[in-house]
Order: sequence, then C-alpha cells, then structure tokens
Amino acid sequence: MGDDLIDGVTEPKHTETTGETRAAYRRDPEVDPVPAPGTGALGARQEGEPVTKHLVVVGGGMVAHRLVEALRDRDPAGTWRVTVYAEEPRAPYDRVALTSYFSGRDPADLALGSPELWADPLVDLHRDTRVTAVDRAARTVTAHRNDTGHVTTDHYDALVLATGSSAAVPPIDGADLPGVFVYRTVDDVAALRGWVQQQAERWARPVRGAVVGGGLLGLEAAGALQALGAASTVIQYGPRLMPLQVDEGGGEALRRLINAKGVAVRLNTSTTRIRPGRDGNARRMDFADGGRLDVDVVVLATGVRPRDELARAADLPVGERGGVVVDEACRTADPHVWAVGEVACIDGACIGLVAPGYAMAEVVVDRLLGGAAVFPGADTATKLKLSGVDVASFGDAFAHTPGALELVHADPVAGLYTKLVLSDDAATLLGGVLVGDASAYASLRPMLGRRLEGDPGAYLLPEGAGAVGRPQTTLPDDAAVCSCNNVTAGTVRAAVTEHGCTDLAGVKACTRAGTSCGSCLPLVKKLMTTELERAGVTVSTALCEHVELSRAQLFDAVRVTGLRTFSEILAKHGRPGLDPAARGCDICKPVVASILGSLGVGHVLDGETATLQDTNDHVMANLQKDGSYSVVPRMPGGEVTPEGLIAVGEVARDFGLYTKITGGQRIDMFGARIEQLPHIWRRLVDAGFESGHAYGKSLRTVKSCVGSTWCRFGVQDSTALAVELELRYRGLRAPHKFKLGVSGCARECAEARAKDVGIIATDKGWNVYVGGNGGFTPRHAQLLAEDLDTATLIRTVDRFLMYYVRTADRLQRTAPWIEEVEGGLDGVRAVVLEDSLGIAADLDAAMAAHVEGYADEWAATLADPHKLARFASFVNAPTTPDPSLAYVAERGQVRPATPAERADAARPVLVAGTTLAVRR
Amino acid sequence: MTAATSRTWTAVCRLEDLVPERGAAALVEGEQVALFRLLDDRVLAVQQLDPFSGAYVLARGIVGSRGTAATVASPMYKQVFDLATGTCLDAVGRTPVDGHGADLRTWPVSVVDGTVLVGGPS
Repeated sequence: MGDDLIDGVTEPKHTETTGETRAAYRRDPEVDPVPAPGTGALGARQEGEPVTKHLVVVGGGMVAHRLVEALRDRDPAGTWRVTVYAEEPRAPYDRVALTSYFSGRDPADLALGSPELWADPLVDLHRDTRVTAVDRAARTVTAHRNDTGHVTTDHYDALVLATGSSAAVPPIDGADLPGVFVYRTVDDVAALRGWVQQQAERWARPVRGAVVGGGLLGLEAAGALQALGAASTVIQYGPRLMPLQVDEGGGEALRRLINAKGVAVRLNTSTTRIRPGRDGNARRMDFADGGRLDVDVVVLATGVRPRDELARAADLPVGERGGVVVDEACRTADPHVWAVGEVACIDGACIGLVAPGYAMAEVVVDRLLGGAAVFPGADTATKLKLSGVDVASFGDAFAHTPGALELVHADPVAGLYTKLVLSDDAATLLGGVLVGDASAYASLRPMLGRRLEGDPGAYLLPEGAGAVGRPQTTLPDDAAVCSCNNVTAGTVRAAVTEHGCTDLAGVKACTRAGTSCGSCLPLVKKLMTTELERAGVTVSTALCEHVELSRAQLFDAVRVTGLRTFSEILAKHGRPGLDPAARGCDICKPVVASILGSLGVGHVLDGETATLQDTNDHVMANLQKDGSYSVVPRMPGGEVTPEGLIAVGEVARDFGLYTKITGGQRIDMFGARIEQLPHIWRRLVDAGFESGHAYGKSLRTVKSCVGSTWCRFGVQDSTALAVELELRYRGLRAPHKFKLGVSGCARECAEARAKDVGIIATDKGWNVYVGGNGGFTPRHAQLLAEDLDTATLIRTVDRFLMYYVRTADRLQRTAPWIEEVEGGLDGVRAVVLEDSLGIAADLDAAMAAHVEGYADEWAATLADPHKLARFASFVNAPTTPDPSLAYVAERGQVRPATPAERADAARPVLVAGTTLAVRR
Repeated sequence: MTAATSRTWTAVCRLEDLVPERGAAALVEGEQVALFRLLDDRVLAVQQLDPFSGAYVLARGIVGSRGTAATVASPMYKQVFDLATGTCLDAVGRTPVDGHGADLRTWPVSVVDGTVLVGGPS
C-alpha cells in the first residue's frame, strides 16, 4: 500500500525513513536550513545524493492539476517532487464541465488530462486527505486522512495553497433542510441528481426546483435542474441576471432567453426562509415581498468563499473579503508559501475563473524553476456553458475606462444584445457583452486591448449577416487563442509552419488548443487554414488520382448536374488530363456509388452502378475473414416477433450459420457462402424480413429501450419512435455508417449518447444529441436541441442527416464532421434549426424523396434473374462451394478453422458442404 | 491473342456471362481463377487467392485503373494489383500471409467466338 502512488498511503511514510532516497528528502529544519526555492542545492547535501526538493500542494482542483502537470512538463530533470493533498476522494476533475454531468455524462468523463500524471514516481496524490495545519517555522503540513483518520506530517521546501473556495451558504432560515443543495463538487451534483430522481418517483409529477442566485453558477444550476426533468425558478436578489458579467440591456435579453427555455426568473427577490413540509424536507420558500413558492428542491448558488482558513491559522495576510494575499509572483508574505486559483487574493480580489487560475499555476511553476514570471492580470472573460443560451462577457464589459465608448446592437425580437466597449477614439477594443449570439466571442476576445480593423459596428452583426460578413481579424502572435490551455495564435501558426500539422486533429494534438472546453476551435481552424494557405500548402481535398474534388464538392456537382453514371461523372469531373482509359478505383467508385445512393438513383446493382460497389454492397452482406459473409435482417428498434425469431433461427440452423446478437439489437448470422445468400434471403423475405443494411455506409440500427409502454420509469414511447425513425432512414447512404438511439427517460438505457444521433425523452418531448460514436475514438453526443415535439424532432434529424450526407468527407463520421464543418456544432444548429443557409427546404425535400423512394434491396434482387446471376460461386460451377472454406465446432456452433487446424489432419475439420451439421 | 499449340485451353463461360468491370471466379483444373472483363471486352485472369488474407476473394474486388494499368483492389484489405501482370502495386502497409508472395499468378485468356478460354501451363 505504501508504494501505491495513486491511492495514497495509510502508513505515515513521510515521518519514517523508507530508504536512502527518501532520507535525502527529509531534513531537520533546525539543523538543515534550506535556501529559498529555485536558488540552489540543499545545504547539507552529501555528495551523490539527489537534489530533489519537495513541493506540497494543498488542494486537488483544476488549478492544482495544471500546476503539477506544468511542473512535470517543465522539470524533466526532476528537481522537484510533488505531493498533492486532495480533500475529495478522486483525482482532479473538470469542475467547469460539472453541468454536463447532468446531461448524462459519467463522472469519469470529467477526468482531467492523462491519468499517467498520477503514476509519475515524482508525483504523489493523496486523495480524501485534508491538510489541517501548516507550521511555517518548521515548514511542515499536517494531513488528516478522512477515511482512516490517520494523521501525518510532511515537510516542504515550497508550499502551494490551491484550496479553492467553498459554496457560500446564505444566512437563510431553513438553508440546512434536506432538499437544499449547493453546487460545487461532483458529490454535490450527484446528491442533487439522486434527490431529484427520488422526488420524481415519489410524487409522480414533475419536480419543482428553485435556484437562489442568478449568476453564472445559478443559471448553470437551473439548466442542470431542467436537464433532470425538474421545473426551475431562478431567484435573484439583484435587478438582473449575471450582474458581474452583463449590463442592464444584456441582463434583460438574457432574462428573455432564459424564460424562453422554460426557466422562470424572479428578480429583486430576497428569500427570507425555506420551510419544511410534513416530511421535514424543504417544501416552500418565503420571500421578503410576501410571495412564496412551492418547491421540492432548492439549489443555493449565491457565491463562493475562498478557503483561506489554513492561511489564517498560519498568520498569513488575507484580503478584506477573504483570500490569501499574494504578490504578482503569486507568493504570499512567506517566501516558501504560494497561493493560486480562487483562494489567491491578487490585486485585492479573488478570481473565481479557471483561466486566471491556470495562469497563476504557470507563474508559480516558472518561479520554482528559477524563472521570473509574473501574473499577467486576470482574463475575466466568461462564456455561459448552457445550451441554447449564448452569453459571453470579456474585458471592460461595463465601460469603466474613462472616455470609453459603448457600441450597442439590440434586437429584442431575435433575442440578441451585443455590445462592444471601445477606447475614446473608437479604435481599440476594451471589452464586450454578447447575449443571444456569442459566435463572435472567439475572434473578439483575443483582440482585447488591440486595434480593431475596419468598422467596429460590423462585429456586432449576427453571423452571416450582410454581404461581407464580419471583418477578418489578423491576430497578433502573442494573442491568446485558447485560454484554457494558454495557447497563443503564434503557437497555433507554428504547429502548421514548423511542425507540419495539416489538419485540426494534428494541431490539437500538437498545441493542446481546443482540447478543454473547445470554444476556440472555430478560431483555431481558421488560423490553421490561413497559415496553410499562406505557406502555399494546398491541403489536397482530392479524393484520389482520378477525382480532384472532395466528396462534398462531388456530391454537389452530381446533385446539380444530374449526371447519373460513373462514366459520365468521371468524364465531367475527373482530374484534368486524366487518361481517357482511366476507370476510377476502390476510392472514387464507392464514393460515387454512395452519392448516387443518397440521391436515390436506382438499385445498388443496376447497370454500371453495380461495378462501383464494394463487395459488401455488391452482394448485400458482410465479407468475413475467410471469404464467407454474414447476414443481418432488419429488426426496427430491436423489435422482433416470436414468429420472426423462430424464422431467423430456422434459417440459421438450416444453413449452418453461426449466430450472434449484435450491439445494435438484432441478429447476425455468419458463415454464409456467396451462392447461399439468395436462398437465405428468399427464406427471410418470405418470413417478412428485409435487408438490415449491415453492409452499407448507411443507417445501421436505431437502438431503443422499452420506453413508457412497459417501463415503470419511461416518460415517452421510445420503442415506437425508434421503429418510426429506423423505417424512415433505412437504406439512406451516407459518408460512413451511422447509428441512432432512443431512450425513454433520462436513465438513458439505450445509450443514445453513444450514437450519431441520440434521442432522450423528457417530460415535454425529446432532447436530441448528435455526434456520438464508439469505435476507435469514442465520443459522447452533444446536445443539439431540447424538448422537441415528435414532428419537430423528426424534421430536425432529417435535416441533420441530410446536411451530413451532403457535406462530410469520405468515411468521416458525424463527430469529426461536426468539428470540421463551418461553425462547428453551433453552425450545424443554425443550419438545422434556424435555416441559416436557406437550404432547409431542400434538405427536407431530399429526405422526403428518400423516404418515398425506399425499396428493399433484397426483395428487388430476388425478383431479378440478372441480379441473381452475380451470386454464383464459380462462373463455370455456380453451385459448387468454395473448396477452401473449412470450419470447426465451438460452443455448439461453427467457426472458421485456423491455419493450424487445417494443417492438423488428426483434428476433424468440417469442410463446407450444402449444409453443415454441427454436433454438440 | 494466339493460342500456343502446346498450351491446353479450358472453356470457362460465354463472354456475356461476365459483367464488364466486375470479376467472376472460375474453377480451372482444380484451381480457383479470378476473371475480369474490361470495358473493351478484354478478359484478364489472376489467382482468386488473396495473398494478404489467405481467402479466395479477389474476383469480388473493385476494378479500376492506376495510370494506364487495369487494376483490382482486394475486397479484404484493399491491396491493389495490376490485372495484366499480377504485380502488387500497393500493399497498403501489410505483408502477405505465410508462404505467399505479394504478386499474383496470371493466366492467359482467349475469347474465341464469344467463348472465354483460360490457358493452362505451356
């Protein structure tokens, strides 16, 4: 246990000598004075012993994580080892993304960075351990392990206080009742979630929630309550929402947006008490104006208080409103003690945002390593992370700068309020407030304190407005692009010019830009593209040696020109100078097949189209490693009748097929030979089945839970919707396979958020998520729209899929497509929900044509002798099985024989015949 | 193509039994052969065995061209082969399974009065 660096220790190893190396870390401060950090080696060090110094970090939040990560990154020689004492029983996690945990994320998704950091031998993380005292004279901390009660003392050369803050509980009578929560940690959120679910089951009606506090955190909490299916009312003491970030006009626009999302808002309201019901739980709120509100759950989000108690007890100076006072190097009055993040009082104030905390962490690391970095000043830019409510505020949002000019654009009808604060000559950007459409945030924020080019008013226009659109800004190299990871425009440019990155994924991996909150990705992409163009690197989007267009371009060309055969398309859109005898390849041919399929041009085996198909599409089955195929009949929504199940079972038995249930709630039958496929399908079609398109780059399945028809907890009929969607999108050819999922309640049993399109029932309708997938890079789907009725939902999914079909690259799944497509997820939302490109009617018509034109490929094939001729095993022996196929029995079914089994004559190998009898 | 006198020829099928730009497998003296009819009605034959997977599937690949060479791409792992010479033009980073070379064996093919003939060893 003592060597387990991740789980911490139960033995007091820091007060014992556990070896020579450890001995070198320990010093008696009385005997062994230590120079200030970064100024030299240990005084009494013996020759040959390590010079490693010991940093103790109190607190295990995001800033502490950044500090450890940065130190290990910048100190490859290992001059410092780090011990982190974290109060929570888990490694540091992404507190900023807490709200997303409500919409179905696993707590593990919130983990920060690579878990390898905690396995580093120079990093020691003690979870569930509180530091209870600091002895500055002895330079030790006393740590108290929560679960075992074990107490240890640990010596430090440098101490960093990163204790953050705690939720401030206002002095309201009843604030301690069951059903009243704060909103700060994963445990708070989990408790709140459990409570709301329990209340929902108990009362069998929507849970009534209230949030005290209308700031950033309060609004996120209100959104979280909604995500749990609870009604929510925001109680704000002051006259407007988010008073620290937005001005009066912005506050009013924000209130309307929040209302429109179904969250009630009470402004100028002071809560006097929370009254218990007969069960002793919070049941009613009383307000100073005489009003009252019935509630089942209350969230207090009235602010945070710096956790400066250790510093106070150690006689370190604290600020007027709390927080450990530090200088521009983040050092406290004691040169061995530093403070970072929310607990640090810098320039007279504590800053409750993560980006300045990260900056402080970097400053301390630099200082520990002998540098002279200073805190650059707080970037207090904020962006509300609440779906459908776009709010951003940055710089001098309230125009406090003398002579500052305010440029305001307000459109109450569209729910927009945007304001730029400019210097007195209307040239330099000082700050801004964006409500309703914060898409300009990513490009404006880095321009803070710099001259804006062109007409500043143009920046206030909604995205896409006017012929010219927003001015193109040229960011200076030192402008921060990604404030989460402190990546400058210059670093992004260098990723292209010096490190040879040519795509967004490469730049992200190289710079870490956009890997935390992702709000800067559109800007990163723009910088990358500009740099690539400037470097003369033409990023080839050409499909292959035959076609210079990208898939999206080719799709448009084929759609517009109406060309319907590969020969015509190659003649018209082939690369200039292409040899007239050139006949395409295994890249451009399936792409054209897919495009023609998406456009609804005939059967996959009609005429020349048949020559374009991969073998899977050509024989409408899935090729397996031995050259046999697997067969999957469609079972919409995973529903199958007993008769259907028996029919499938009989087919599998009669043809000797290996049978397995797929992850998409249907049945896969393996080991079918090419000449057997029509016979198998004749039986399946007669039993009422149709092609499952398991072989196509097309809709696979719509997975569903059983929903409200059977389930005690279901709120909507998820199975009926899944069946409807599967029948609607079956056979739709796309750039890659895609899957849907429908869950009947927030428990999400259908795992819909792992699908390209995931739908989760709410009390009021359906939430739709997009861009999820398993595979090599698993992704959770992101929320596209909330509380849609069924008709709107279907229209939304129609447009999303058609937009994807038309614009994605070859073999590009929805998640990377959303990242790459113009405007990212917000752009997709604008196209799909607001018709920002004016193509919605066209997308709708295309989907209607698909639905109208659908016919089962297998039934059509069975009716056409010419198509059936393709299923001969040998042109001169059409029914002779491939003599190379060989199978053995395993667990009562067949599987392909391994090469060793084929070679071993002693072992019976079942060679394929007309039927394979499998002996148990 | 003129048939060498010493070569034995096996009639396999009619030309119209083959779909242009699609392959078909044939059994020729116990061996599996992949036949490909091109747009100009030339017929080319290579081994049906895919050396990179060990499965007999090459006739099910996509027919195309690289430069001026007619090609087939294996349906299994997408290696590209020259249909006229059998040469593997693109191994896509893989190596053949044990005991196989990357290049394909070819057979001479003759079309006489609409009948497709595959030539044995001369």
